[in-house]
Amino acid sequence: MTTAAFFVLAHPFLESAFAAGTAIALASGLIGSVVVLRGQVFAGDALSHVAFTGALAALALGVDLRLGLYGGCLAFALLLAVLGRRTGADDTVIGSVFAWVLGLGALFLSLFTTSSSGTGGNGTAGVSVLFGSILGLTGGQALLDTAVALAVVAGMVAIGRPLLFASLDPAVAAARGVPVRALSTAFFVLLGLTAGVATQAVGALLLLGLLAAPAGAAQRMTARPFLALWLSAALAVGSMWAGLTIAYLAPLAPPSFGILGVATAVYLATFAWPALTRHRGAGSTRATPPATVSGSGGVIGAR
Amino acid sequence: MTPHAVAALAGPVLDPIVDLRRMLALHFMVNAFRAGTVVAVLAAVVGWLMVLRRQSFAGHTLAVVSFPGAASAIWLGVSATAGYFAGSIAAALVIALVPRSVAGRPGGQESAVIGTVQAFALACGALFVSLYGGFLDSITGLLFGSFLGVSDSQVLTLGAVAVAVLAVLAVIGRPLLFATVDGAVAAARGVPTRALSVAFLLVLGCTAAEVSQVTGALLVFALLVMPAAAAQQVTARPVAGLVLAVGFGLAVVWVSLSVAFWSPWPVGFWVSTFGFALYVGAAGGRVAVARHRRTPVGGRRGAGERERGRALAPGVVGA
Repeated sequence: MTTAAFFVLAHPFLESAFAAGTAIALASGLIGSVVVLRGQVFAGDALSHVAFTGALAALALGVDLRLGLYGGCLAFALLLAVLGRRTGADDTVIGSVFAWVLGLGALFLSLFTTSSSGTGGNGTAGVSVLFGSILGLTGGQALLDTAVALAVVAGMVAIGRPLLFASLDPAVAAARGVPVRALSTAFFVLLGLTAGVATQAVGALLLLGLLAAPAGAAQRMTARPFLALWLSAALAVGSMWAGLTIAYLAPLAPPSFGILGVATAVYLATFAWPALTRHRGAGSTRATPPATVSGSGGVIGAR
Repeated sequence: MTPHAVAALAGPVLDPIVDLRRMLALHFMVNAFRAGTVVAVLAAVVGWLMVLRRQSFAGHTLAVVSFPGAASAIWLGVSATAGYFAGSIAAALVIALVPRSVAGRPGGQESAVIGTVQAFALACGALFVSLYGGFLDSITGLLFGSFLGVSDSQVLTLGAVAVAVLAVLAVIGRPLLFATVDGAVAAARGVPTRALSVAFLLVLGCTAAEVSQVTGALLVFALLVMPAAAAQQVTARPVAGLVLAVGFGLAVVWVSLSVAFWSPWPVGFWVSTFGFALYVGAAGGRVAVARHRRTPVGGRRGAGERERGRALAPGVVGA
């Protein structure tokens, strides 16, 4: 492992992949924890498809890909915040909107690939937006991605505790003077930024896994929301490092596969572990499942 | 090629009969209409239940995981059709295995599992594509569909699966509806809600696999959710809603195919755009009708209330 780490850091493109990847994983792990807690993984799913359409719209119009990516993600995140306020984030509404946005993505893809088919290589653009290309990040891109991801992390550190309170028990939080609505909007903006930045690392289709798997695993490992927040971030960063190392050692496997493979394996382990230990002692299993996530809302509020 | 088919390449003459004849002179368009019709009916019926059960996320995931199934089948050299079904059915079983409400909050863990299944399956798809090497054209085909490349034997397969799935639904439909609308009461009366829920996920998986062969893995969801959501905006009664959803689905597919034939833009774009327009129209119409009923004389309001009381699942529409 240490020799692998040495080889990995010997290449400049791996260095920027590791730097940006770490920041992106940190941001995804933190925000993903709240996404899973609120049961809004479907909103993350929708955002990942909007990211695809935004990026391809920018490509089809001939502007910088990131303009469309962040623009699309932020606009849709604000739409989700407004929809959530009025109808309680109805999954049918979200589904209908993003299915249409995806149809637009198909249109932009076909416009982009047919508009300049003579130059070649355009066909791969859609695929790389969908599945990511973290090893292809240039120094400048990696720097911007790292900056955006760190901004999300800073935002989550700033609003993390009240946001967890507002997510676990909105009514009690509102009664205690927590600005629930403003926090919800801030949460969706941070989620939009994360979707934009993660699309470049693992691709539009796979960022969902970086949001859901580490957070789901962390919440099965501990019932304490604030601990789960940071555990989720740690698991995401660990998956990113392990996945990038696997991708380096096995060049045929795309980096996204390595990253998500590790994240999924960790999540699977949290399901398998209690099942395996159940035979030995009845007492030990009680501690593992996150039995009283909602019950601990009062603990946060008391601080 | 018949003279009509040759003429079709020149563009529409804006005479509906002539244009239709020219379009249907091409065998691949006839097959597209056949496959589209089968898929629209099946997706509308299953989608209506999916929207009622609030399982859009699961439905979308089952649709998307058919892509790695097909990619792995191509890599292994077996038929892509088998791969589509294997991928979706395997994912349906994994999602069904997850305990309903792990924590105090029912949504959290379940949606995390569904999201992880989806992302990991797509990552596997990326891996298979990378292992197979250089079939980028097929990737976009798998993801965004090839309405226009359906063969005769594929139409037959689609039809057979559709009949089987609809037959299963006809058997489990009534208890499934009961379990969906009021799970607690249904369970108390001895309806096997858990088994029904697994059965429905399998039905949804088969449907998603079938539809994705025509529309591509990413746009299945448009046909599953949009006609059904539009129909549920109009009526909450099961039979009327199902008939309406099927009608909406057929209209969307037929109009999209016809428009796409004469336009340079892809079928998937037209399907999702017409579907979304229908949904927005239905939702807008419902709001307008509700506003109209609230304002004038008291008698009309009473009629509206009575109708809502008779409706099967007032929460769905009222919410």
